[in-house]
Amino acid sequence: MTAEGAKLFEERSQRILDAVELREPDRVPFSTHWHFWPARYAGMTCREAMYEHARFDAAVRKAVLDLEPDSFALMQPGVALGPAFDEMGFRMLEWPGHGVGEDSSYQYIDREYMTADEYDDYILDPTGFFLRKYLPRVAEAFEGFAGFPDFPAFPYLGIAHSTSAFATPEMAQSFERLAAAGQKINEVFGSALPMALEMTEHGFPTVFGSFSMAPYDYIADYMRGSRGAMLDMFRHEEKMIAAIDKARAVIVRGTIERGASLPSKTVFIPLHWGLDGFMSGEQFEKFYWPSLRDLMVELIDAGMTPLILWEGDCESRLEVIGEIPAGKAIYFFERTDPFKAKAVLGDTVCLRGFVPASLLTTGKPSQVEDYCKRLIDGCAPGGGLIVDGSIGIPDDARVENVFAMRDAVWKYGQAR
Amino acid sequence: MAVLEELREAVLTGDKDRAVEVTRLGLETSIDPQALIDDAMIPAMDEVGRRFEEEEYFVPELLLSARAMKAALELIRPLLADTGASSRGCIVIGTVKGDLHDIGKNLVSAMFEGAGFEVVDLGSDVSPEAFVAAAREKSADLVGLSALLTVTMPSMKSTIEALEAAGLRDRVKVLVGGAPLSTDYAVEIKADAYAPNATAAVRAAQELVGGRAPCR
Repeated sequence: MTAEGAKLFEERSQRILDAVELREPDRVPFSTHWHFWPARYAGMTCREAMYEHARFDAAVRKAVLDLEPDSFALMQPGVALGPAFDEMGFRMLEWPGHGVGEDSSYQYIDREYMTADEYDDYILDPTGFFLRKYLPRVAEAFEGFAGFPDFPAFPYLGIAHSTSAFATPEMAQSFERLAAAGQKINEVFGSALPMALEMTEHGFPTVFGSFSMAPYDYIADYMRGSRGAMLDMFRHEEKMIAAIDKARAVIVRGTIERGASLPSKTVFIPLHWGLDGFMSGEQFEKFYWPSLRDLMVELIDAGMTPLILWEGDCESRLEVIGEIPAGKAIYFFERTDPFKAKAVLGDTVCLRGFVPASLLTTGKPSQVEDYCKRLIDGCAPGGGLIVDGSIGIPDDARVENVFAMRDAVWKYGQAR
Repeated sequence: MAVLEELREAVLTGDKDRAVEVTRLGLETSIDPQALIDDAMIPAMDEVGRRFEEEEYFVPELLLSARAMKAALELIRPLLADTGASSRGCIVIGTVKGDLHDIGKNLVSAMFEGAGFEVVDLGSDVSPEAFVAAAREKSADLVGLSALLTVTMPSMKSTIEALEAAGLRDRVKVLVGGAPLSTDYAVEIKADAYAPNATAAVRAAQELVGGRAPCR
């Protein structure tokens, strides 16, 4: 690393750390979470970004070097997945050229992947349930796993007997397809991680380490579907809570294990179903918040920094979600009022985001500058603010608006 | 409890099994099917809407009530199929082209039915041409367009333009909704109204086309 790069890396890392630990940094940090914006900025379509990982690496590199953020999201593992999806016949989303247009981002399919009467199966043995039932539903390549042996039920000689399951053509085909998909994933990580290190040498920290999810969202997004989950709050309350609790333990263990091998200790956690309107305050405090709070505390205790994206408007949740250790996490807000968030949470947690997607997408640079100035004037005093787009940089944000956001932070964000 | 009162209560509390049972009982005891809709289900869904606006109910309760109402309505609908008497107007609804998100659209669709409209739900990723064809074929009074993604918002504009090009725009009102939208955007793309949530959508539909004929 050059001396200049090392110095910039140190400065930027300290700036973020000060913000997280609620001290006033030398300047308000400007960070970029994003998905396809770097691709658009480099003149690539969404499909190209998903299928040509080396070009997408180059696009992210260019966006980082031009924008000079204080930290950036290493998004290749969240974008360049097209070839792996193809190899495995993934069914949980549609992507460019596969259900959506060439230049659209991928879209998740809200579907029921576990029925209400399977809660007991999941709670008893999440791994067995995933192997034999869940995985064959979410991707073609796992279909052979429907016959995966139930090892814990048959130890000793049973373990030897169980190997017969691996002699079937279905299982052989599954392993072949999964190996092909795994090869594609290795290619993505194999070039993204060195690229992150190269950016480090240029002085840019990546904020993206492991990722995680709220236990309720895990059930709603990936198992029961949003509709099933909403009904379960009334129809299967006890089982749902038991499954959420089980999911929390599973998620925390995995997040900590995976995080250990990644460059950043920040854990990105986007939230989907706990915002205002999607459930009552009472339901939030019963089904959503306790498991999310416990998950955050366990990650914090393991030395990680949860970066929680509170999608939508969460104003009615502000008082409740302040029950976490101070100076240990980042709350990334989309449509929640920044000044109300600052008033309620300013002594507890670093705030990030806020710059509206509509403004970045359709507004003018002068409007972006005005917004950022107001945001900084109201939220920067005392520390604990990181400026970013409200859900990161929208895929279709105007280039001049993204630079206007950066310039406004540089102009108005200096320590006073 | 009288059948009508019990059905109203079942829909209001989102008890699907009870709503179906009571409706069946009502039909067996020769209660006018139209009365089950007009005097039980619609008032119940009105009350659900009121509670949602007062923040006593949230999306899960809305979903539960809509589900109970739909199940009961399915028993009644065949008896009304010929007369179409139950309808307060014909609505064609869908999520616009390029967008696969349909949770909000499904909820709005159910709330429209609960308010007595006849609804033709085209699903998600619906092309402008498909909206035009359905609006023409069904002689729709209102077209409801939904989008979640900012990148699919322009599909709303092209759908409205397609309705105009097909010569339908003066006969069909257009209501738009979805997280990234705003009244300003609705005005810009020449929609008739924007609704920020499901109950606002019902109110807007009632104001725009309430009391029109059923779908053809």
